[in-house]
Amino acid sequence: MELDSLYQEVILDHYKRPFHKGLSGTPTKQVHHVNPSCGDEITLNIELDGDLIRDVNWDGVGCSISQASVSIMSELLIGKSVDDAFKVVEEFTELMQSKGSILGNEEVLEDAVAFAGVSKFPARIKCALLGWMAFKDAASQGLSQQVKGEK
Amino acid sequence: MTFPLLDAHLIKKDFPIFDRVMRGGNQLVYLDSGATSQKPLTVLDAERQFYTQHNAAVHRGSYLLAEEANESYDNARQVVATFLGGKFEETIFTKSATEALNLLAYSFGNSPHGDRFFLQPGDRIVVSEMEHHANLIPWQQLAKRTGAELAWFPITSEGRLDQSEINTLINDRTKIVAITHQSNVLGTINPLSELIARTHEVGAVFVLDACQSVPHFDIDVKELDIDFLAFSGHKALGPTGIGVLWGREALLEIMEPFLVGGSMIETVTMTDSTWAPLPRRFEAGVPNMAQAVGLSAALKYLDAVGLERIHQHELELTRLALGFLSEIPGVSIVGPTDLLDRGGVVSFTIDGVHPHDVGQVLDQHGIAVRTGHHCAWPLMRKLGVVGTTRASFYLYNTPEDVESLVDGVKSVQSYFKV
Repeated sequence: MELDSLYQEVILDHYKRPFHKGLSGTPTKQVHHVNPSCGDEITLNIELDGDLIRDVNWDGVGCSISQASVSIMSELLIGKSVDDAFKVVEEFTELMQSKGSILGNEEVLEDAVAFAGVSKFPARIKCALLGWMAFKDAASQGLSQQVKGEK
Repeated sequence: MTFPLLDAHLIKKDFPIFDRVMRGGNQLVYLDSGATSQKPLTVLDAERQFYTQHNAAVHRGSYLLAEEANESYDNARQVVATFLGGKFEETIFTKSATEALNLLAYSFGNSPHGDRFFLQPGDRIVVSEMEHHANLIPWQQLAKRTGAELAWFPITSEGRLDQSEINTLINDRTKIVAITHQSNVLGTINPLSELIARTHEVGAVFVLDACQSVPHFDIDVKELDIDFLAFSGHKALGPTGIGVLWGREALLEIMEPFLVGGSMIETVTMTDSTWAPLPRRFEAGVPNMAQAVGLSAALKYLDAVGLERIHQHELELTRLALGFLSEIPGVSIVGPTDLLDRGGVVSFTIDGVHPHDVGQVLDQHGIAVRTGHHCAWPLMRKLGVVGTTRASFYLYNTPEDVESLVDGVKSVQSYFKV
């Protein structure tokens, strides 16, 4: 059924057992994002070592799509350089805006291709992007903070 | 199955949208009238007829069409006024209930020192914890701008207004009390008589957010003895883009205008203006004429069916929904679980499933519900939930719609294996 293209097994798994959930460590930057239309909230920590993403952890409330998405994203981006991570974010954003016309590059997005079906449900795209936008914000701010030596 | 009061199956036929096929090839089960109602053909025809036969800018031209437009617009206003039990002069068209409430808040905020509505530090505005953002934020921001204090009635664990501290909350410094008639989330209908009596005792004005009540049960502004009332047309079978502010004539007379410009003036020089008499003083610009006409057709439709029948019908649906839903393990009703002082709104949560996911699965069955915080974020925090799923009923909903909802909820649980 149509619904199964939205709720892939991997999404439901991550929803029930999310990765990197729970705020910890000494973040370079912490951000808080909300989705005002549905009330979903996320607090996301990023720990940077120069350009390297040492850790991403988060806490929040939200639907299965938003929670699974940030879980999969954290798993995917930890250990990457910020530049590489931004490329993944861009690819994911493009997938979300595709209205179901592309399947997503599995080599880049790995498990995150499971969200391809979300792009056919306009009301859910923001859910899937919530964590990614928080990450992008945290990484950008974290980077410029390091440059300024404010860490 | 039909209730004896009202044949919703027959009523459905007046609403073209119910012919649509939804996701999964399902019929539309529309349970989101609390957000916006569907429109009967008579409303669409009335709007269309205005545009095709009488369209001209009101209050301006001296030609036939302009005369007819004036007449249509005036008639629409009279229909609304009569519907509310108020006067023509007291009935102001806005673009929405939100604008109506902002009109009040800004008008009060514009009052000069010494004026009845002038607010300053030490003064108080009283709302409640169950307000929709539209009846919270205008007052919250007015308080911020003027230095007045915002106070609010809490709610009980059952989701009813806690009036135990009424005499402390509404004190001598209180200027405005703005409360919802029926909670859009909980379905609670607030008993108003003591609130209004106390408000008047301290010399304050009482503002009623009637968005969830005017479309669903009989209201008479004079009987209620309120000072202001706001409601939106689109929740009452009417078009979007039209709302109503009703106000006591003596109060409107001394209020400052909110929006200024064309239509609302008496005389204008380069340096000064005087204002038109009521109700035009509060209607700057060419108004939403066709929408006002559409709204009057909607209110006539509601009158023809009968508000009391509609209310009783919705209560029957609510009784069914409360009964069935509360029997399902893992489902919790948010709000009063009995029918006392209650309207046709049922909010609930399902253990282990976020409301947004509930809504998505229900959508697959053609069932349209509202999910999330319902523009009542402070209330959600107070209730300790991230959001709820809300089914809201109207005259076109059938007992079968409730059964579909109940089956849908069970399929949500099985889909998410909770």
